[in-house]
Amino acid sequence: MSETKLKNNSKPRPLSFWINAILLLLLAVVPPILFITGQPFWLDVFTRLVILALAATALNLVLGYGGLVSFGHAAYLGLGAYAVGIPTYHALYGGMDAIASFNGFLHLGLAVLVSALFALLTGAISLRTRGVNFIMITMAFGQMIFYAIVALENYGGDDGLTIDVRSEFPLISLDNPLTLYGLCYLSLLMALFIVYKITRSRFGLTLQGARSNEERMRSLGVNCYRYQLVAIVISGAICGYAGFLLGNFSTFISPEMMDWTRSGELMFMVILGGAAFLCGPIFGAAAFILLEEVLRDVTIHWHLPFGLLLILSVLFFRGGLSGALDRLRSQGDKP
Amino acid sequence: MSTKQSAILETTDLCKRFGGVLATDHVNLNVLKGEVHALIGPNGAGKTTLISQLSGLLKPDSGQIKFKGKNLTGKPAHKFARAGLARSFQITSLFADMTLLQNVALAIQANAGHSFSFWRDATTDDRLLEPAYHYLQTTGLAGNADRLASAVSHGERRQLEVAMALATEPSLLLLDEPMAGMGTDESNLMVEILQKLSGEKTILLIEHDMDAVFTLADRISVLVYGRIIATGNKEQIQSNPDVKAAYLGEASNGEASNA
Repeated sequence: MSETKLKNNSKPRPLSFWINAILLLLLAVVPPILFITGQPFWLDVFTRLVILALAATALNLVLGYGGLVSFGHAAYLGLGAYAVGIPTYHALYGGMDAIASFNGFLHLGLAVLVSALFALLTGAISLRTRGVNFIMITMAFGQMIFYAIVALENYGGDDGLTIDVRSEFPLISLDNPLTLYGLCYLSLLMALFIVYKITRSRFGLTLQGARSNEERMRSLGVNCYRYQLVAIVISGAICGYAGFLLGNFSTFISPEMMDWTRSGELMFMVILGGAAFLCGPIFGAAAFILLEEVLRDVTIHWHLPFGLLLILSVLFFRGGLSGALDRLRSQGDKP
Repeated sequence: MSTKQSAILETTDLCKRFGGVLATDHVNLNVLKGEVHALIGPNGAGKTTLISQLSGLLKPDSGQIKFKGKNLTGKPAHKFARAGLARSFQITSLFADMTLLQNVALAIQANAGHSFSFWRDATTDDRLLEPAYHYLQTTGLAGNADRLASAVSHGERRQLEVAMALATEPSLLLLDEPMAGMGTDESNLMVEILQKLSGEKTILLIEHDMDAVFTLADRISVLVYGRIIATGNKEQIQSNPDVKAAYLGEASNGEASNA
């Protein structure tokens, strides 16, 4: 048996790898420099970018690698954010002693746990459907959480809730914008690493096999349902964690952040950036933020060019921005 | 082949109805351990409907499927596969966006038990890749290991189908027209591959190609309008008047419309 035939670790790194590495390096260096040189506005923009990229990375696991088009991922962002807002609210104004706390670990644990649980319950039902039905049912579950939060008059209902105190951790303070950015950035790196490891594991290959040809997987003896459900739970947990960061970043939470259009924006990031590409969601989030910042000044109908761009990317750039980069590489490879 | 051998697969009065059509009509089929059993029949006889029930993708309306003594009737497809029954598809069903090696490695992984392993890199795992490579060699695909399944020829995809079915180490291999749409050279290669396997594997072969069937099969069952009208060895089938009337007489038409 020729060992060399089986392993191709010795291949030179493709161009896209270096571009992704440079992108991550720039994200580590540029925002702090902008902040230190007196442009705190840009640090805010980048913090939001990194949090959205983290949420989109979570969605990418399900949508990109799993082929399951979940239209309700904003719900996890919202759940994570309210896992910061509600305990803080009670710590300030009394009531609900069990969760009333400023403790960041409690907030974080609550965000991840509640999101994972919500993912487990809704995933178990949603996965009984496929295709358009799956899209609609995940969206319906997302809207269910939206209206549930609207109904919670205690926490501001429709108007939302201001988070007066950020999650407290020993040694670090999230009130420092640089520290908060650092935490978000490291979280993104961690999530990318987790998704990278998962997609190359037996679990990840099974998930991708089910995306590619689910009937074939079943006739190989694999019960795809269980793997897809676990993927949804992992994705929900990571997305809930992103919500925890988002709550601490924006210090204002409202049901609007889990509206179905928000879920659509996350999908936009994954698809435009390149579904099933590890760093695709970062490109997608960057494109999203850029367009939002630029177009919002030009017109209030800034969602229209978004839609057009998405249609164009689906039609002409299979694999989105990352896919385009990848093709650049394979053309470069040819002599 | 001794007829005293035990049946590995046994169906009793299997029926499947699509609207007014009885696509499977009280089928009693026995596949003996170690034999190559061919299932032939004209187009529309219900061969694929039958094999779909035998692999659990279709549920029969009535009757029973027993495999290795266990009743599998009504169980989901992955239970059939877990019990040791692997099928290849008439219309190739592969993981088009993966390499041939990855396709077979997935089959091996599926057979190795659950895949709830989240950390260890499976794309460089020799416990998957070495056997996968072995099955690619068995089916004459070793040189194409790194090519995408969507990029290889039709014949090679059919070979890959067989490699994947083999990789699940089945007790019974269901091959649904492995030669469908192949040229003469590709067909001959496939017959060679199957001949090598015939010594070690129990195979239920559905095939239009009569030469291939008569070369490979120990026993043959003839399916017409959902019913098995005859079962026997090559000579018995060739001399059976019912078979001649129903099938061999119109074989030339059938072949022509099938091409």
